[in-house]
Amino acid sequence: MSRDRINKILNRIPTHAIIIFMILVWVVPTFGLLVTSLRPSQAINTSGWWTILSPPRGSAEYTEYCAACHGSGGDALPSANLSDPQLVGQFPRSLQLLAALRRDIDGQPHMGDVPLPEVQAAADIAGYLKQLSGIESQPRFTFSNYIDALVGYRGTTTYQQDCAAGTAPLDIKCDASDLLNPRGMGRAFVNSLIVTIPATILPIMFAAFAGYAFAWLDFKGRFLLFAILVGLQVVPLQMTLVPISRLYAQLGLNGTFLGVWLFHTGFGMPYAIYLMRNFLGSLPRDLFESAYLDGASHWTAFYKLVLPLAMPAIASLGIFQFLWVWNDLLVALVFLGGTTPVMTYQISNMVTSLGAGWHLLTASAFLSMLLPMIVFFGLQRYFVRGMLAGAVKG
Amino acid sequence: MAGRSVPNIMRQGKLAPWLYLMPALLIMSFFIVYPMINTVSLSFKNRDGTASAATTCVEGNPCWGVFENYRIALTAEFDTRTFSSFWRTFWVSSYGNTIKWIFLMVSGTVGLGLMFAVLADRVKYEALAKAIIFMPMAVSFVGAGIIWKFVYDYGTQQVQIGLLNAIITSLGGQPTAFLTIPQLNTVALIVVGVWIWTGFCMTILSAALKSVPDEILEAARVDGATEWTIFWRIMVPIILPTITVVVTTMVINVLKLFDIVYVMTGGNFGTNVIANRMYTEMYTNFNVGRGTAVAVVLVIAIIPFIYFNIRRFLAQEEMR
Repeated sequence: MSRDRINKILNRIPTHAIIIFMILVWVVPTFGLLVTSLRPSQAINTSGWWTILSPPRGSAEYTEYCAACHGSGGDALPSANLSDPQLVGQFPRSLQLLAALRRDIDGQPHMGDVPLPEVQAAADIAGYLKQLSGIESQPRFTFSNYIDALVGYRGTTTYQQDCAAGTAPLDIKCDASDLLNPRGMGRAFVNSLIVTIPATILPIMFAAFAGYAFAWLDFKGRFLLFAILVGLQVVPLQMTLVPISRLYAQLGLNGTFLGVWLFHTGFGMPYAIYLMRNFLGSLPRDLFESAYLDGASHWTAFYKLVLPLAMPAIASLGIFQFLWVWNDLLVALVFLGGTTPVMTYQISNMVTSLGAGWHLLTASAFLSMLLPMIVFFGLQRYFVRGMLAGAVKG
Repeated sequence: MAGRSVPNIMRQGKLAPWLYLMPALLIMSFFIVYPMINTVSLSFKNRDGTASAATTCVEGNPCWGVFENYRIALTAEFDTRTFSSFWRTFWVSSYGNTIKWIFLMVSGTVGLGLMFAVLADRVKYEALAKAIIFMPMAVSFVGAGIIWKFVYDYGTQQVQIGLLNAIITSLGGQPTAFLTIPQLNTVALIVVGVWIWTGFCMTILSAALKSVPDEILEAARVDGATEWTIFWRIMVPIILPTITVVVTTMVINVLKLFDIVYVMTGGNFGTNVIANRMYTEMYTNFNVGRGTAVAVVLVIAIIPFIYFNIRRFLAQEEMR
């Protein structure tokens, strides 16, 4: 390798280092969430997710103090089989364990000339023995958090355990209908879909009409109207919430899907029209002239010519609006609330009022990210294109 | 469009254009224009919008008459007895915090986004790297809030399950309650915002950087300019218009930002921002007058950017 090449590679090292550091900052928190959501809740609260691959708590102490005689599996001495739950059950805590260790065996000290473990180490060993003997069996990974989140189970064990033991809370039926429990993420997922699909299609449809008119039809005030529209793009949502929610209260639209569809449509409109008009305006002029010379009406030109050609813009807009509505919290909070909770609402509610454990929060958060992630990684190109064309939306 | 006209042949009928526009115009007037006007008028009313705001004045307290809601919106968070108490309360109020958000978040997202766009341009795994930085854009603020609340988790017992505190304690430091210590907590929230929005800035700036002609860069390199000089003297001036657009867009986004604060701290511990305060006044305290007054303050802060947006649009149209 020539000196130049080596120099070139060395010069690149800081570049790679910065990029990789930033990638780590972006990936690790999300990865931690995913790992945590797959751990049993007890493990989540007693150890960090990064310890997932390290040996279980107490195993190091066990190896140090016990494994020489009892073996790493605990069953090396037939007279004192530590994998036997009945034997281990006699010393559940450090107190009993230390007492047993102080007793002589056949006239010899239990531990020989090895000093007794400290209290903390003894506690860890006692905990580890429970695992070893199967008194407490905790899998390293579990899907039970996801099940609990989907059915809205908030008890102290898991949905499956409670249902098997017949001790489920009153709102849990232990059959498929639990997926529609109003406290669960399953129901919220359905609600999110019901909100998002029309709230994505409606604005795109109206925007296609209006964008066509702004780009290719002549009418009075065309320019002024469009300039106003550009200004409306940045009006904050907060500016319109109060009058609309008062009006909805009178019309009985609070808590209905129709109300949210219409609101999202209204707010998605300025950006959607802006994007559509810019895209359609860039189509070649001859196209329209020849269409009209062939005797096409406005409507035929729109339907047969513009719509098919506008598909890339519609795709960008669709992804944008879909993610916007799916991820929205404020509108859902104000107009839907707890009557028909969507996923974002359900999660924020767990944080603010219920104080649900991390096992539920992490699983719920990941459930809510699933669909956007698929849409994003599948259609990233359209998403980026839409963003570059407009850049302002809110 | 000013100079650009439609083909003559498209001028058929005066009514047709309005038929195409009608659904959009109707729904926008109903959901944006009418509520904006109504919000302004409600901001001069009392808590349920039935009487003038002047009626809510309390004997013996300062009163701004019909502007009473604005008095509350603008001054209620401050302790104005002395200058130092004012200064102290200002920086934990929704206004002080919003200023912090604007400066730290905009410089953070634009700075990191620009840096990443420039650096990623030089490596082979550019597409993957950019997709990763961009990924939080697909995730909701709520989801991102949970991700980072977990990173910031502060354990009162020995074991730290939050990544950041685990790192700190393993380096021998004291665990820190990132979300409850005033000043520090707002910075912690802004980090989340930067994490979400850097990808947005990076993507737009990266597209602008790619449009800088290679010949110019090559010429500069041949003349012996360092990469650092090329960046500051050539790239930045060429993409300056794009940087301006990204900065204004980010300022608007920050002003409207609500979800992160709502989910992570609920605006407590001195982390409130204007957008969250509006929500609290309206939907926690159920005070229509005060809620709308805060909203109007927010929109007044945004008006310069509405103006800027229209100006930019007009300039673009000139160039078409």
